[in-house]
Amino acid sequence: MFNYDKAESMTERAEFYEEKTTEEITGAEALLRCLIEEGVDTIFGYPGGAIMPVYDKLLDYKEKIRHILTRHEQGAAHAAQAYAMVTGKPGVAFATSGPGATNLITGIANAYLDSVPVVFITAQVVSSLIGTDAFQETDIIGISMPVTKWNCQIKRAEEIPEMVAKAFYIATTGRPGPVLIDITKDAQTGKLPFKYKKCRFIRSYNPRKPLKKKEIESAAILINHAEKPLILAGHGVLISKAENELREFAEKTGIPVAVTLLGMSCFPANHRLYAGMLGMHGNLAPNKLTNEADVIIAIGMRFDDRVTGNLKKYAPEARIIHIEIDEAEINKNVNVDIEINNDAREALKYLIPLVNPNSHERWLREFRINDKIEYNTVIKPEIKPEKGPIKMGEVVNMVSELTKGEAIIVTDVGQNQMAAARYYKFINPNTLITSGGMGTMGFGLPASIGAKIGKPDVPVIAFLGDGGFQMTIQELGTILHHNIPVKLIMFNNFFLGMVRQWQDMFFQKRYASTELVNPDFVKICSGYDIPAERVTEREELTQAITRMLNANSPYFLEIHVEKEGTILPMVEPGASVSEVKISK
Amino acid sequence: MVKKEYTLSIFTEDHIGILNQITIILTRRQINIESITASESAVKGVQLITLAIRTTDDMVRKVARQIEKIIDVIKVFVHTSDEIVYQELALFKLSTKSLLSGNIIDHLVRSHNARFLEITSEYIVIEKTGHKNEILRLLNELEPFGILQYVRSGRVAVTRQVKEFHEYLKELNEALREEEKEESGIFNRLKEK
Repeated sequence: MFNYDKAESMTERAEFYEEKTTEEITGAEALLRCLIEEGVDTIFGYPGGAIMPVYDKLLDYKEKIRHILTRHEQGAAHAAQAYAMVTGKPGVAFATSGPGATNLITGIANAYLDSVPVVFITAQVVSSLIGTDAFQETDIIGISMPVTKWNCQIKRAEEIPEMVAKAFYIATTGRPGPVLIDITKDAQTGKLPFKYKKCRFIRSYNPRKPLKKKEIESAAILINHAEKPLILAGHGVLISKAENELREFAEKTGIPVAVTLLGMSCFPANHRLYAGMLGMHGNLAPNKLTNEADVIIAIGMRFDDRVTGNLKKYAPEARIIHIEIDEAEINKNVNVDIEINNDAREALKYLIPLVNPNSHERWLREFRINDKIEYNTVIKPEIKPEKGPIKMGEVVNMVSELTKGEAIIVTDVGQNQMAAARYYKFINPNTLITSGGMGTMGFGLPASIGAKIGKPDVPVIAFLGDGGFQMTIQELGTILHHNIPVKLIMFNNFFLGMVRQWQDMFFQKRYASTELVNPDFVKICSGYDIPAERVTEREELTQAITRMLNANSPYFLEIHVEKEGTILPMVEPGASVSEVKISK
Repeated sequence: MVKKEYTLSIFTEDHIGILNQITIILTRRQINIESITASESAVKGVQLITLAIRTTDDMVRKVARQIEKIIDVIKVFVHTSDEIVYQELALFKLSTKSLLSGNIIDHLVRSHNARFLEITSEYIVIEKTGHKNEILRLLNELEPFGILQYVRSGRVAVTRQVKEFHEYLKELNEALREEEKEESGIFNRLKEK
């Protein structure tokens, strides 16, 4: 915001007065105008008492801002996150005070762990009532503090423009993340002279790191001398839009590229250097060969425990180069040899000319050998079973082939998620929308809504489980209300599949509370006017999926799959990545 | 790994709730705060929070980076005890009767470099400034005389390092000015059009 005292010239001061006398608007209207200034045209939310002044103004701005009314605030949060992930623009979600705000929390935490910029706006009771346990008052600032990148409470209308500008700047720069602004009802109704200035600098926060040239030069030497190098590419590659640089770097050096779950789609799955997914249910080759690699180049990833397995036995042979924008992530889980605290794209741009052309044919052959083992023991029986119940993998594979790997895939959490990540062949960046760090069941359905609204021209297909689907099933109402043509594939195994798998493997098959008694999902969907089919036989599968893909409307497929299927390979908890199992 | 005592000097913007954000980080890592002091720093508008914690070298570095990541935190310095000059202050309240049992307390106060703050007919108050172990030593020796109240402050510390905080701040402010110049440049060019 303009600071009169800091104004250097008389003209600037005069302009300030001119602005001041031009127009006075309410805080609620100022909020919407701030959002428009930031390029926001879509908001996900749910109204309530304290946020009514803002919703009232939304009617006047409906030409410029589209509001998607979800059926629960959690749905709004997930949808806004998915919208941000597919568009690269920050998502925005509104909720009222008290329960509206607390209902957002799971969604906020989910966006926080997966570094997605979402600006959450919650309303608060009148400022004079704060701290009195007033009706629908809750300390959302305190509650959201550990799961937001930044939050603030606004009690006076004049503070709105400056704080909103700050919120967008913080959410979208550096390592992105969710921010929350809590606005009291009196700040929404109070008046202010409106003037908006985008935030470009905060003294205590510096997301632009000077290029670590010396470290990158040392990294190049390591890479040029490596015999078994491996790239681990994470979400940071997508966030910094470094897909082309990554590809150029990999092609020039001939280094295989393994991806994390959230890094998936940053490197085309049909590329000869694509090594597959890392982690607990990742591919055999990248997990096993992590422990043989002599140089690891980790780009925009954070060595999550699901990726590293047992840290004591992780990558013992490797020198590790870590390119990461968030300094607090470097040396957090894995001690690295070269720290490059930079944006992935900037670092790669500087690195590429320094590395020598190479082709690690012998090293790549080891990947091929492992790929072949995995294909024969795990993949082939999963995607091309000849008899027995339908498998998740074969459905995903079929969808992958029919959409040529070019759809946006949204998943819930659990076996459906792992099947989707493993068997869909992602070609384009930002086409897997999934809940990584939090593992939030119920994410899939609302996220598919946000993804479709963000990218209306790309087919959006959600893979859900019968458990997760029912956690946010009410969002079918949002699909009906706004006519959102998402394609939903629900795998029904009448189990909470992933938990059941663990019970099977580590709890002597004691199935405690994992078997589900399910409703008639097709009937439920017909209540929401969503075309729906149930598939129980393999022979019906291709046609049903084709019908779904060709439909212009939303579409729901319930597919009865193998009841006690197991996702493999698996790095068991406590095991090293090299001990990855390909059979139970 | 061995645990050591570290002093964190955390320079922050003067905003509500920062202490809360810092303690969340320490709580998640199960680190107990041994002492804490907050005051305005030598730079107007910048708060200085001084924390003493016991932890490992590896962990203190991790939490310092996480604390510095908080948006409103400007800079975090981590120091071992030999890199800082620090003091704590303690007050002891004793019954005046204890003073009448000879001049032992006078002697203790003098030999410990403490001083009497107040002497009334009912009670006396002794002030001692020093390191924690010095204060504890005096506490130990006063104990037989019946201590009515004892309180010790958080640690205050200044660093021995040569580069001072305001120099970091100057660099930051220069960057800000650059940024603003760029902004107004764009603004002027727009106006010319």
